Amino acid sequence: MQPNSSQSHNLNIATLVSVGKHPQSGRVRRADQDSRAVELGLRLTADNPAGLTVLHAGDPAEPSLRSYAGMGLAAIKVLQLDPAADAVAPLGEQLQQCGADIVLTGVRAESGEGSGMLPYQLAEKLGWPIVPRVADIVAVQEGVAEVLQALPRGQRRAIKVRLPFIASIDTAAPAARQSAFGPAQRAEMRVSVIPAETDTVRQSWDEAVAKKRPKRLKVIKAKTAAERFKAATAKSQSEGGRIMKQEAVDEQAQAILDLLIEEGVLR
Amino acid sequence: MSSHDALDILRRDPRAEWIARNRLHPLHGAVVDNDMAEQRGPSGLLRKNPHRIGFIGPNGIKRIDRLKGNAAASVKGRRSGAAQAVQLPLHRVENPDFYIAVVADMVGGRLTSHDKDVLGQAHKLVAAMAGEGAVLTVCFGASKEAHFDTAGVDRLLLLDDEIYDDYCPEQQLAALQQVEAEYQPQYWLFPDSVNGGTDLGSRLAARLHQRPAVQAWQVDHQTTVCRGAGGTVDITRETPRVLMLAEECADQIDASRHEALSVTLTALPTVIAQLQNQGPVAVDPNAVALAEAEFILSAGNGIHDWEQFHTAAAVLGATEGASRVAVDDGFMPRFRQVGATGTWVTARVYLAVGISGAIQHMQGIGQCDKVIAINTDAGCDMVKRASLSAIGDSEAILGELIKRVQAYRAQLSVAGDQDAA
Repeated sequence: MQPNSSQSHNLNIATLVSVGKHPQSGRVRRADQDSRAVELGLRLTADNPAGLTVLHAGDPAEPSLRSYAGMGLAAIKVLQLDPAADAVAPLGEQLQQCGADIVLTGVRAESGEGSGMLPYQLAEKLGWPIVPRVADIVAVQEGVAEVLQALPRGQRRAIKVRLPFIASIDTAAPAARQSAFGPAQRAEMRVSVIPAETDTVRQSWDEAVAKKRPKRLKVIKAKTAAERFKAATAKSQSEGGRIMKQEAVDEQAQAILDLLIEEGVLR
Repeated sequence: MSSHDALDILRRDPRAEWIARNRLHPLHGAVVDNDMAEQRGPSGLLRKNPHRIGFIGPNGIKRIDRLKGNAAASVKGRRSGAAQAVQLPLHRVENPDFYIAVVADMVGGRLTSHDKDVLGQAHKLVAAMAGEGAVLTVCFGASKEAHFDTAGVDRLLLLDDEIYDDYCPEQQLAALQQVEAEYQPQYWLFPDSVNGGTDLGSRLAARLHQRPAVQAWQVDHQTTVCRGAGGTVDITRETPRVLMLAEECADQIDASRHEALSVTLTALPTVIAQLQNQGPVAVDPNAVALAEAEFILSAGNGIHDWEQFHTAAAVLGATEGASRVAVDDGFMPRFRQVGATGTWVTARVYLAVGISGAIQHMQGIGQCDKVIAINTDAGCDMVKRASLSAIGDSEAILGELIKRVQAYRAQLSVAGDQDAA
């Protein structure tokens, strides 16, 4: 799990954290994906704790920041911004200043707009590559990281990417460690006040509590009773399936193998 | 005036009426209009002649068709065994005034249901805007889709060069930028999915400096409602140029055919990729949850050699599933059960060995694309559902299949070694 390289001693990792919201209760908490990003950062810098910078743009008095700190962080860097300000530009400057090799974020935030665009905008601004939906960073050797990407259906893909890069951490990444109350209270909040432009586009938007989406109705376009009856009782049957009855066993097996290869499920 | 009066006066022919009343009169057939079972009487009322309704059937008994002519069609359909295909009206766009670009996920080389929802949304936008618009669909990689026309594709840009076969988001982004330069689409629509739509859409939005709407579920050409804050908030905003649409955002196209004309790009840019794809990593197929497994090998009552079945699953790299009988008999654990009482699976390929297909099981595999059946009974429900059925002894067929897959794997690895050397 931990990188087995001499490079990792001076590996500089920045993790961006946001304020999370519990999906059921709506209570403020550490965000799930962001805390997994902190966990991955802690694992990568296990022998060099100074290499991990945890960054937050927003209100330094936010109580959920303490639950990130309780994972064993000495300090959290907070760029104090107006709630209506655009965080991309100040974060980009900060990342360039601290010379990060790897930037870890969540995929989508649990509060605010939650569009998941921040890592992409940072990547565009800094000119770095972005690896979306990372499950693990296996090794960092000679300036090249070997990354495991989470794919749908539980699959994984290995990707090699040169430092520096931005990775958004998927929920498939290792679960975050428990947050301890004492260390959380003792952690230092390094606040720097940054002037930032106001996000004017967002001010014209209306936000409301999410409505339940209407279910799609199954419209039956049958005109007569007989057709309606058929639509209601029809079994799902594939038309024109190929039935191999007389063929020899090896022919049947070959036909099945051909279909499996055509569908690309044999790996 | 005189001609008008002539029309007004109703002239009766008492003899003809008398013949018409008397069905036994030899001239009755000539006087009565034989074709009409219903006709207007002299006072304008609709008169039905009960003797004229229906027809004499082959056994000499009168038959009355109360299905308004549909009975004949259904009889014909039953005899031919397949419903006749209905030719939908063709929607033609000769010279489009504008384009709406849809970038499809194309999982396994076919349009997903989510892709079709997005195409439906694109046509809704076209209909709402002034002028004649065309839906331009961009697909990456080799395509196996045969029904682009009925899904609502007006123009098809199929980029199936070798470079697009692998994971190459940067190359795809460069191609989309080329599309932007050549076609200037009014809107860019992406499915907001884990299959690549979200990633590509976010990359394009960042490159074009647009503020996209994600998880958009109610879109017209002026306002968009999209989910924010992890799905807990509805954001109502002006419709942006780049949209990532939620599932079931609009109804799919089902009442028209489209041209699906192939278009090409004048220049195909190539970029030096910063992300090097090292290929898929082997994961234990049995560690993948049954509900989201891509390839399932499922066992039923027809399996006798369970050792061979487990070997086959390992060799094929398939997740194991089972029917209720196999679970009840204790050969497989309960969490492997597929069907209404077990897991509803979404596999792309479902290989059912010795399962005849109880209705509960068929409900569980309703979302599977390709079903392959190995069974001794050619008349069972699973064979009717399957796109390929092998009728015979499951032990022999599985044994042969294991051998062939091993040979195929060995051949692949030899070819791979030669490539590397």
